Amino acid sequence: MAGKNERIFVKGNEAIAMGALDAGCRCFFGYPITPQNDIPEFMSKAMPEVGGEFVQAESELAAANMLLGAGACGVRAMTSSSSPGMSLKQEAISYMAGSEIPGVIVNMNRGGPGLGDIGPSQGDYFQSTRGGGHGDYRLLVLAPSSAQEAYDMTHKAFDLAYAFRSPVLILGDAIIGQMKEPIVRRAATLADPAEGKEWRLEGTAAGLKANQKPRAHRIIKSLFLMDGELAGQNMKLQAKYDAWKDLVEFETFEVKDAELVVVAFGSIGRIAKNAVRVLRKQGKKVGLFRPKTLYPFPEKALAKLAREGKRFLTIEHNLGQMVEDVRLSVRRDADSELFCVYPGNMPSPDDFVAPILRALGRK
Amino acid sequence: MPKAKSAPKAAPATKAAAAKPVMAKTVAPKVAAGEELVFTRPASLADRATHYCPGCHHGIAHRMVAELLDEMDLAGRTVAASSIGCSVFLYNYIQVDTVESPHGRAPAVATGIKRARPDTFVFSYQGDGDLASIGMAEIMHAANRGERLTVVFVNNTVYGMTGGQMAPTTLIGQKTTTCPGGRCKDREGSPIRMAEIIAQLGGTAFCARGSLDSVKNIRQAKKYMRQAFEAQTRGLGFGFVELLSGCPTNWRLSPVAANKRITEEMIPYFPLGVYKELEGDATCGSLVSTGAMAGGAAGESK
Repeated sequence: MAGKNERIFVKGNEAIAMGALDAGCRCFFGYPITPQNDIPEFMSKAMPEVGGEFVQAESELAAANMLLGAGACGVRAMTSSSSPGMSLKQEAISYMAGSEIPGVIVNMNRGGPGLGDIGPSQGDYFQSTRGGGHGDYRLLVLAPSSAQEAYDMTHKAFDLAYAFRSPVLILGDAIIGQMKEPIVRRAATLADPAEGKEWRLEGTAAGLKANQKPRAHRIIKSLFLMDGELAGQNMKLQAKYDAWKDLVEFETFEVKDAELVVVAFGSIGRIAKNAVRVLRKQGKKVGLFRPKTLYPFPEKALAKLAREGKRFLTIEHNLGQMVEDVRLSVRRDADSELFCVYPGNMPSPDDFVAPILRALGRK
Repeated sequence: MPKAKSAPKAAPATKAAAAKPVMAKTVAPKVAAGEELVFTRPASLADRATHYCPGCHHGIAHRMVAELLDEMDLAGRTVAASSIGCSVFLYNYIQVDTVESPHGRAPAVATGIKRARPDTFVFSYQGDGDLASIGMAEIMHAANRGERLTVVFVNNTVYGMTGGQMAPTTLIGQKTTTCPGGRCKDREGSPIRMAEIIAQLGGTAFCARGSLDSVKNIRQAKKYMRQAFEAQTRGLGFGFVELLSGCPTNWRLSPVAANKRITEEMIPYFPLGVYKELEGDATCGSLVSTGAMAGGAAGESK
C-alpha cells in the first residue's frame, strides 16, 4: 500500500476496491462481468490478506444474496457488477431495503437494454434512483466522476450504509472504471466492532459474560402480513429517505453569473466541465451543475438556480433519464433542454461545445 | 467482525461458547400435584399456537431442529436463514437469530452469514419448491463449495403456501393445481431426487434422506439431522438432510392417509438412507482463499 499522501496510479475500478478495503470491508461477493472485473480481481487477493472473505458466487443473484447475509450479521460487505448483472441483483437489493440490511453495491454501468454493449453508459439512472427492484423503496446513490471520487465515495458509502441500515449504490460507468488516474488513499480503518450491535445477527449468546442469559432472538425480515404492519414499515423507510435529504452533494462550476447551467453527472459531468471551461474562455456565460448524489437528488439547489432566472441543459449518456429529475426540480421557473450521448460513444468536451452554444443561443 | 484484526483463520473458541450462558434445555410447565410431566418443549422452540395445518410435518421438523440446537448447545450461536414457503415463519417457532431469504436463495444468504461470522452455527430450512426449483443453483453451489452450513430440506412434493401447485419433486401421476391431470414425465419431467444430487458434489460432507411418516423413521431422521449438524460443527463441510413430509391439505388427504402415502408412494421413489458421509477431520481449507493460490500456507483448515 502507498505511504501517507502518496499518489498512486490506478483504474477507477481499483480505486473503488481500495476505498472499500480502507473503509473496513471484510466480505466481497463477486461475479465476472465487463467492465467491472478489476474489482473482484482486486478483492480476491485483498480480502484474504486482511482476514476477510472473497467469494466468486455462482451468479449475480447469489452474490447479492450473500451480501444480504453478511450485511444481516453487521459485517461490512460489498458486491459489484455492471448493468445486466444489476438486473439480477435487484431481488436481494429490494429485500435488503425492506429488511433494513446495510451493504454497498457497485454498478459500473454499461450500455443496454439487454446485453447491450460493454461501453460506458448512464442508462441505469432510472433503475438506480427509483429503487430498482420491486416495492416502494429508494437507495442512496453516489455518482463519482473521477478515480479519487470513486475511492472517496466508496469509503463513505460504508459509513452511510451502516448509519442508515440501507443498501448504498455507487453508480459509475466504463469510463470511470477503466480510466487510470492518480488517487491518494487514506489510512485503512477497521469497522467499529460495536457497529450494528443493536440489531445484527450473531447468535443470542454472542458476547455474553458467564451467567448472563441469552438475549431474545432477533428476526431480520421484510414480510409484514398483519393489518397495517407493512404500512408502518414503509412509513419508517420513508422517514429514513426523508432524512437523506441532508446528504445531498453536488458540484457547481461557474454558475454564479451563468445564463445557462449544464446539468450532468459522473463521467459526463466531468467532460461537460471541460466544455464549460472552453466556452468560458470564449466569454460565454455558461456553468456546470453536477449532482454527486443522484438520490437524494439536489432538487433544492437546482430550484434556487431556476429562481435566479437561469436556463438549463441536461447532458447524459442515455436517451433522457436524469432530465426528468432536473425538470421536476426547476419546474416552477424553468425547463431543461436535453442533449443525449448515444451508446458506443466516448464523448470529448468538444462534442458538448456546439450543443451548449445552441442551448445558450435559444431564449 | 471477529476476523477484522487479522486474527488467525481458525477461530475455535468463540466468546459465546466460552461464556457458557445459562439455558435450560427444556421448558417445564407447572405440573399439578399428583401429575407427572412426561413430555416437554425444547427451550429453543417457542410456546405458541402453530399456523401449520393439521397433520403437517413442519412441526415435527421444527421440533427436531430445536431439540438438536439445544442438545448440541448451539442455539446461542446460531443464525438461521429462513426461506419462502410455509416455513417462512420458521422464526416464529425456533428462537434463534434469523434472517429471511428471498425465494430459493437461503444457501447464498447462509453463505454470506457464515463467511461474515465463521464462529456461528448456520442453517437454512427450505421446502422443495424453494430448494429444488428456484433455488437449484444456490443449493448446488453452496454444497459444491463445501460451505460449512447445514441445510434442512423438507420435501412434501407440492408448493404448500401458494395452494398446492406442482413442485420439482411432485411424483409422476400426482395431481396438483397446476398439473390437474397428474404429473406427466414427458410434459413436466421426472421428480428430482435432491439427496442423490447433493451427494455427488465435492463439498458435501454429509447427505441423507429421512422421513417423518412414522415414529421409527422420525427417530432415524433425527440421527441424520444430527450428523448434518455435525458436518458443520466438526468443520467437515456441507451438511444436507432431506425429510419426506406430508401435506394433507394440498394432497387432499387425511393426516393418516398422508402418512400412508409417504410410506407407500414417496419412499419407494425417494429411498431413505445416508447418501454421503465424510469421515475424519477437516483437511482442506476449501473456504480459505489465502492458501496455495495466494502463495501463503496451503491447507489451512477452518
